[in-house]
Amino acid sequence: MKLTINGEPQEVASATLAALLDELAYDHEFLATARNGELVCAEERSACVLEAGDRIEILSPMQGG
Amino acid sequence: MFEVYGETVASRFLLGTAQYPSPQILADAVKASGADILTVSLRRETAGSGSGGRFWDLIREMNVKVLPNTAGCHSVKEAVTTARMARDLFGTDWIKLEVIGHHDSLQPDVFGLVEAARILSDDGFKVFPYTTDDIVVGERLLEAGCQVLMPWCAPIGSAKGPVNPDALRAYRSHFSGVPLVVDAGLGRPSHAAAVLELGFDAVLLNTAVAKAGDPVAMARSFAMAIEAGRLAYEAQPLEPRDMAVPSTPVLGMAVFE
Repeated sequence: MKLTINGEPQEVASATLAALLDELAYDHEFLATARNGELVCAEERSACVLEAGDRIEILSPMQGG
Repeated sequence: MFEVYGETVASRFLLGTAQYPSPQILADAVKASGADILTVSLRRETAGSGSGGRFWDLIREMNVKVLPNTAGCHSVKEAVTTARMARDLFGTDWIKLEVIGHHDSLQPDVFGLVEAARILSDDGFKVFPYTTDDIVVGERLLEAGCQVLMPWCAPIGSAKGPVNPDALRAYRSHFSGVPLVVDAGLGRPSHAAAVLELGFDAVLLNTAVAKAGDPVAMARSFAMAIEAGRLAYEAQPLEPRDMAVPSTPVLGMAVFE
């Protein structure tokens, strides 16, 4: 199905957000995730079922002022 | 030492972690600054890069408290979601709340700021709002649940120092008892000393250290200035006077005519 991941359209096979992170080879430990503008907590990712057209944000710690 | 949200913070120097020439220089500058609180942010992670993890490891080794920010957010929705993501990732309910209202000046959108501060405070966050020196906005932020205010002294990254000292003086006087941190616009250690002399509890800065020729030496210099400014405030500086007043006693002067 087609999702928008960090602003880029992408075709993926995963059914859940946790599976998506594995599919894309993300390290789960250092991430914050959101689906359609709402936070998905780390412990909720396995239960977060994806739907075509979802907008997924995958963020990590970054330098900031 | 000052208190914010019931926690005692040893250093009055809050330091940003962006724009340093290298991770090692960042680490050395943090050490030289003596800062206990570092600001961090969240950005999109590229799959498989691990860059966020490396940065996070570096910060965790420093044994400091992190203050995640919502830098770059231009709407209440963006800022609120970013804050919630930061809480999930960094495991802290502290958030430096920025809702930017203008691309060029990076001036806070104070209306959105108050709205976001209320939503986040109600959600259990301890909000550190980046605001202007407007006293009415400060009042609204306190009503929204903030227990600290962080007025700018000049635009972010401008290095101008306090452009309106009278406003800062009035702000300090009005918000007696509220922890106040000058955030943004400081360029030199003397600027930091000046706002500490006015009675501000702390300063938060980034660019002035990170973009200095020698960030580590500049971090140390700011730390010294902050300490000096605070000590001067506690020592109760003399108020300026319009007329000269002799410092050497006149009584007992010899008469030669």
